[in-house]
Amino acid sequence: MRELTQEKIAFIKNIANDVREEVIKMLAEAGSGHSAGPLGMADIFAAMYFHILNHDPKDPLWEDRDRLVLSNGHICPVLYATLAFAGYMPLKELKTLRKLNSRLQGHPHRASTPGVETTSGPLGSGLSQSIGIALSAKLDNKKYQTYCLMSDGEHNEGNTWEAIMFAGKMKLNNVTAIIDRNNIQIDGFTENVMPIEPLRDKYEAFNWHVLEIDGHNIYEIIAAATEAKAIYEKPTVIIAHTIPGRGVSFMEKNYLWHGKPPTIQEAKVALDELKKFRTK
Amino acid sequence: MINPSAKLNKKVLTQKPEMTPIRNGFGSAITQLGEKNKNVVVLSADLTESTRAEDFSKKFPERFFSVGVAEQNLITMASGFGVSGKIPFACSYAVFSPGRNWEQIRTTVAYNNSNVKIAGHHAGLVTGPDGATHQAIEDIATMRAMPNMRIFVPCDAVEAEKMTIAAAKIYGPIYLRFSRNETPVITTKETPLNPDKAEIFYDSSLKKSRKTKKGSVLLVACGHMVYDALLAAKELEEKDIASVVLNMHTIKPLDEKTLIECARRCDGVITAEDHNIIGGLGGAVAEALAKKLPKRMELIGTKDVFGESGETDELKRKYEIDSKAIVKAAEKMIKETKRKTAE
Repeated sequence: MRELTQEKIAFIKNIANDVREEVIKMLAEAGSGHSAGPLGMADIFAAMYFHILNHDPKDPLWEDRDRLVLSNGHICPVLYATLAFAGYMPLKELKTLRKLNSRLQGHPHRASTPGVETTSGPLGSGLSQSIGIALSAKLDNKKYQTYCLMSDGEHNEGNTWEAIMFAGKMKLNNVTAIIDRNNIQIDGFTENVMPIEPLRDKYEAFNWHVLEIDGHNIYEIIAAATEAKAIYEKPTVIIAHTIPGRGVSFMEKNYLWHGKPPTIQEAKVALDELKKFRTK
Repeated sequence: MINPSAKLNKKVLTQKPEMTPIRNGFGSAITQLGEKNKNVVVLSADLTESTRAEDFSKKFPERFFSVGVAEQNLITMASGFGVSGKIPFACSYAVFSPGRNWEQIRTTVAYNNSNVKIAGHHAGLVTGPDGATHQAIEDIATMRAMPNMRIFVPCDAVEAEKMTIAAAKIYGPIYLRFSRNETPVITTKETPLNPDKAEIFYDSSLKKSRKTKKGSVLLVACGHMVYDALLAAKELEEKDIASVVLNMHTIKPLDEKTLIECARRCDGVITAEDHNIIGGLGGAVAEALAKKLPKRMELIGTKDVFGESGETDELKRKYEIDSKAIVKAAEKMIKETKRKTAE
């Protein structure tokens, strides 16, 4: 395990803020896409690609790499921006998001973008794919870990629960699910659209080990991922409590920002706020 | 006459043929694959015995995964295996897979180009007494419209074994379609199989002695309907109508070259499949001919209606997907073609 110092935590936080700024710029340029989710997940993505994952941006298909499967593909601006900062693509390519002939599709596509492990967008299918990948690792005696990043809203999908049931049955310890528990989905608050609580109890009933963290606390994110790898008898889910739209006051906790981009004017205000947010 | 280079069972048209479910060929193939290739894994959605995955599950338990009655999980897990160097065969009934999990197949298998083999069993009316809920008649259409997807429809158990083994050697998504009830075994181990090439099983022109013909038809068939096409060809021969029978075991990519070559020397084309007449083999052949060689066509298949419970022969007769229906269609076609020429 890599050493985690105060300096490293500050470095990761800084990356997360860089990612947030890029997300705003990308979305404003694209004129469509999702804002709240990507901003809320920036800390987790930065911690994943700059500390937790074993990966090599120069060799995206390195066979021993840890896999990060993004199940809720619509938050891909945060994935693309983090991949760019990690060295998978030039930063200036981020401006091509959602444009014709771009490698950065509106929802992630494995064949298009280096570092993208699966094609996703339609919800509820990422955890099953992660299980297939994790079982392949076991058959091949590989030590890599498979991380599945999921949304809370996609727990409405039957496919998600089929996967949760299966991983529990198999006591699959080389897959770690991380849920972006931001309480919003397109039509409103999750507990109004389709309640998923008590989420911890549900996972425990399906024989999972459950951790709950503040999804903006770099130390907690990394500590939970470390603990998850140490749990041998069960799959682990990390319920990460996050603030959708994190860092931009008019987007925070507002489900109306789930599925729309900022206008050019709103992006300017957002970038100003994010600059101040950096020094908080 | 039977094309000798197809090396069919010699007595296929003279004796009552040996009857075996097409799915049995899949079962023996995956066991052989399991022995030869450690990357082959099998997933089953609680239908292990009836999809003939049981032998594999016993011989290779570490590579067999029972996902429960969960077809969406079945296919998305297979997708994960397929992007990790494995060759997963996902087994269920065609109404469930590729039926219930269509979008998961589209996104995580086809678009994702994962190396998944979808084994859809109990396809078509010859599923029998289980009735319409379990008789997939739309699966070829729904898979055919999907980019990156190949479709194999073997004509008997022997060909099913060969096509399953061939599928494991091709990278990419493949839908393999199998039927439940016993159907005639018409091919032999020696029958050539190239997934890219349709095989001529019967060709009247090979018999030089007969010269006076009322007309000629190309019979393009897949699955167990290939036997019906052969029976029809024999009967048509007696009625002085020449024919060519093409075993179109691969619906996608369609062997347009062989199709056009055969169609060129016939007055009309008849397709025969145990599937809806919309979007299946008939649709594929019509699309190809419309582009390159428009021909008078008849489509044998279920006529945009659901099936019902019954035995194989009863269902085939009632829904007019048998040799009799093919002969009737051929006679009608030749009569109309003649009339048209006379006018």
